[in-house]
Amino acid sequence: MGTWRLYTAVAAGAFRRYATYRVATAAGVFTNTVFGLILAYTYIALWDERPGLGGYDQSQAVTYVWLGQGLLAAVAVMGGGFEDELIERIRTGDIAIDLYRPADLQMWWLAADVGRSAFQLLGRGVVPMAFGGLVFHLALPADAGTWLAFLVAVVLGLLVSFAIRYLVALLAFWFMDGAGVQQLAVLAGLFFSGMTLPLNVFPGALGELARALPWSALLQAPADVLLGERTGFALWRTYAFQAAWAVGLLAVGRMVQSAATRRVVVQGG
Amino acid sequence: MDTQTDTQKDFGPADDHGDDFIRLDGVEKVFDVRKKTGFMRSERRQVRAVDSISFAVARGEMVGYIGPNGAGKSTTIKMLTGILTPSGGRLRVAGIDPSRERTRLAHRIGVVFGQRTTLWWDLPLIDSYRLMHRMYRIPDARYAENLDRCVELLELAELLDVPVRQLSLGQRMRGDIAAALLHDPEVLYLDEPTIGLDVISKAKVREFLRHLNAEQGTTVLLTTHDLTDIEQLCRRVMVIDHGRLMYDGPLTGLHEIGESERTLVVDLERELPPIEVESARVVKVEGPRQWLAFPAAQSAAPLVARIAAAYPLVDLSVREPDIEAVISRMYAEKATS
Repeated sequence: MGTWRLYTAVAAGAFRRYATYRVATAAGVFTNTVFGLILAYTYIALWDERPGLGGYDQSQAVTYVWLGQGLLAAVAVMGGGFEDELIERIRTGDIAIDLYRPADLQMWWLAADVGRSAFQLLGRGVVPMAFGGLVFHLALPADAGTWLAFLVAVVLGLLVSFAIRYLVALLAFWFMDGAGVQQLAVLAGLFFSGMTLPLNVFPGALGELARALPWSALLQAPADVLLGERTGFALWRTYAFQAAWAVGLLAVGRMVQSAATRRVVVQGG
Repeated sequence: MDTQTDTQKDFGPADDHGDDFIRLDGVEKVFDVRKKTGFMRSERRQVRAVDSISFAVARGEMVGYIGPNGAGKSTTIKMLTGILTPSGGRLRVAGIDPSRERTRLAHRIGVVFGQRTTLWWDLPLIDSYRLMHRMYRIPDARYAENLDRCVELLELAELLDVPVRQLSLGQRMRGDIAAALLHDPEVLYLDEPTIGLDVISKAKVREFLRHLNAEQGTTVLLTTHDLTDIEQLCRRVMVIDHGRLMYDGPLTGLHEIGESERTLVVDLERELPPIEVESARVVKVEGPRQWLAFPAAQSAAPLVARIAAAYPLVDLSVREPDIEAVISRMYAEKATS
């Protein structure tokens, strides 16, 4: 029970912390909206040429765009999550403070990232989505059940997103400058999450690969749930896919964490 | 070296096994440092950050731990918190092996790193304390009581709602000290707690630590560059250099070890040539005022009597040796021997 209260406090603190960055949030909302517009018109042009591309009709494709912009900050595909701070703490040695605390490193940062993404889902997600809904005709579900199913997929996606970024951040224990690896991860994330184009549209082996990688749990999976492409058994398969990556990557994160702390503890770092 | 081992035995509570709260026996920490020597080639070198250190600290003691940069102070503190595993030797804090049971120990120790902060940068100070409340599972009443006490003694009342990033260094340091004490730790490690602080902030921090040690009986281990910290707070001081313990004893004993000198300043009636007197030498002359150095262990009275007998003496004062000078002389001696 006590543990939960601690991590709840950490998550609540992170939420409030991001809530204090009002200018950054407003700027982010503006950027997401502008990008949403650019992408939406690009997609409209594309779907005019190739109706039904990737199994989406045009309004589904436009919905996908605004959903992507709404989730962009929360799943932190382009960075801006806890990992910048963790890498900085590893680099400066402030990580020593985190290590002597009676708290688990992974749980601590997970809680912090949950708080952050909860804020960004509300602060950065709702406005662009509403704006998109006003300007375009979006294919949004009418029933509460689909929205609920979508939220579950978003939460699972956030877990996978955290697990990936945690691994990337821990690499800073070995590479003193984590920036290179982080940039690589951002590039991979932007493409393989489906942030540039839905993964459904990619044919052949590349498409198969892209849909099997963990990043597809971040945006593609929740989008398919919201667009009504995943119901019944397919919905459970999507959840299972996301959950498997989440559990697997979190477990790997734990192993890397214990190797990293052993290294620091023995080596001094 | 012999004298140092002796003083260690005389002053340290090393023989008092039952009461030791912190105990180190031949503790070592060796780091492998890899140095690039060319493409795909690197040289491995071992650095002995801490080299067979033994000491014990009794419950309720307040001990200063000093040494130059890179002497091994922070490495020792990190081993005492459990975030570094010793390469050799035996180390116990409150009967616990820190690196094996880091989490269990964490509830019993408090740590303040002067150059780092445990506080939440972007949030009001009070949020960090609420987090400590949960992290250390402090009972509500105890938390409220400790927070009140810290807020009063460290003058934090007006700062609680201020985001940490807006605090001055001195305010932040007081905030950090409070954060380390909310769970009633039995021992507090402070690594450079007064670094970068102005005179008033330093005085506040020292006053609080003195109070903490006297009233709560908290054991305090303090590393510092500022010897005034030690002079004002610690009866016992340990000096470390190149990973070795060079001195462990009362502050006054350092003078004897360092063969330090006191200074006698005399004002004569008029300008005169340098005074010639047994067992003291003139180090500076400025008009009618002259500075004479004499061994710290020697009494000033006969010296003053001799000068007064032979010279027209108007006024005089005795200056105690500068502890900093003593220690730097110690380091210099060690380096040449």
